[in-house]
Amino acid sequence: MLREYGAVLLFSVLSIGFIFVTLLASKIIRPNHPNPVKNSPYECGEVPVGNAWVNFNIRYYVLALIFLLFDVEIVLILPVAAVYKEWLNTGFGLLALSELLLFIAILVVALIYAWGRGDLNWIKTYERANAMDELKNAGDYPLEEK
Amino acid sequence: MTQFIYMFIFAVIYLLSIAVAAGFLTVVERRIAGRMQSRIGPNRVGPQGIVQWIADAVKALQKEDIIPTDAHSFLFKIAPYLVFMGVFLTLVPIPFGAYTLMENLDTGIFYVLAMASFVVIGVMMGGWASNNKWSLLGGMRSAAQMISYEVPAALAVFVVVVMAGTLNFQKIVFSQGASPVDWYVFRNPFAFIAFNIFFIAALAEGNRVPFDIPEAESELVSGYNTEYSGMRFLFFFLAEWGNLVVIGALVSTLFFGGWNFWFEYTLEFSVPGRYPIRFEVLGFLWFLFKVSIFVFIIIWIRWTLPRLRIDQLMDICWKYMVPIGLFASIGILLWMYFVPEKSLADTIMRYSMTSFGGLTILYFFYRVFQNLRVTKAKIYANPFV
Repeated sequence: MLREYGAVLLFSVLSIGFIFVTLLASKIIRPNHPNPVKNSPYECGEVPVGNAWVNFNIRYYVLALIFLLFDVEIVLILPVAAVYKEWLNTGFGLLALSELLLFIAILVVALIYAWGRGDLNWIKTYERANAMDELKNAGDYPLEEK
Repeated sequence: MTQFIYMFIFAVIYLLSIAVAAGFLTVVERRIAGRMQSRIGPNRVGPQGIVQWIADAVKALQKEDIIPTDAHSFLFKIAPYLVFMGVFLTLVPIPFGAYTLMENLDTGIFYVLAMASFVVIGVMMGGWASNNKWSLLGGMRSAAQMISYEVPAALAVFVVVVMAGTLNFQKIVFSQGASPVDWYVFRNPFAFIAFNIFFIAALAEGNRVPFDIPEAESELVSGYNTEYSGMRFLFFFLAEWGNLVVIGALVSTLFFGGWNFWFEYTLEFSVPGRYPIRFEVLGFLWFLFKVSIFVFIIIWIRWTLPRLRIDQLMDICWKYMVPIGLFASIGILLWMYFVPEKSLADTIMRYSMTSFGGLTILYFFYRVFQNLRVTKAKIYANPFV
């Protein structure tokens, strides 16, 4: 059974070998004249400002968490889906149907929860930030910049 | 040992075919783009420009390889390997014919979904390691997009798995038939919804327009591959165009009957040693025809639709496609339970959906020829200018 995956191993070794050999061939014939300006990161022709490894949007992290939920679902549900037809034919149809529906229902609830919290919106507004704005508009906010 | 040598030769043939197909597709895409924008496109290198891709590859081979001084050198170098591997490894369980497949994996669909994730890792690695703001943004966007669209794609695959009752690609092909009535797209409405979701999600996972914000030229220069040059850059592109073939093959295997060419073929296949070679060849050609139709549609979409914004992209995925995918999954479970296969309702649904699909395509061609007649645009009817 595990022997089937020999092809997978062969394919991965071949693809790595293919790229390696091509890059090696390229290395032999290509020129190599590095200089500091050429090797600086591209920033539309300007001298790059600072390091590129900066903070990025927290939304990516939240999305990855929601994805994780659904990915685990896929891993768990596909094997059950594969035997669903067999169960229908052997008379366990109602059991399999209710199990799968229950599983999907939990997911739907999870999706609705995430949606309701606003985690699916790319631009999320926080209530606290809105409260700040209201204070500002009312003129009671003491630290307002002139 | 002999078996291993055969396997090795087959694998090398696969590798060369995917490289040649990807290269050739770049030329085809540029020719189609030219025609759609009322210009000619590359037609100088070889007859009709068909060897343009070899010239491009040779040019890229001679280009200097620049690695930015501040980049994480190891991850920067390893990224193209992962991206190419992610596309190439998905070819292992896809059947191109009754015997033309590398390995009949029982985990088929699982395996393909897993291997597709290699691309995400590679893209993110390349984007992060470049130490370039454009690359970082492109890589992060790409990762977010690819993992998001994996969810609706998997939900669509779930529909097929429920109908086929297996994860094995070859068995999925067998459980469909040769005629359009037996294809999974036209079995019932939920499968049709699943096909649309899968196709759109596959476009997004392949970073194709209208979902190409990872490499949005007008805002991110070139996205995650901004700092790449020469051969390393070429491998990202090889993977992207190879992915077109993989998308086409997956769609036609899961929803359009795969290599099934004529009714008796599958019957004869069950008797060992009685499967004539001409059946194999015809099935293979039929499969290639289906794949090329889907590849053409993908290219066509690229030159038709504008690019989406990132918040629109995420909205489409999580607020439209995932709920619709969940609806289709619940629907298919109920459909399979209440409408047994080969019952009257099943047959009526199959035939009415097939005729509806056929009529839609006929109407489309009618409109195309009517437009050609009205505008008298003779040049568009001739592909070899």
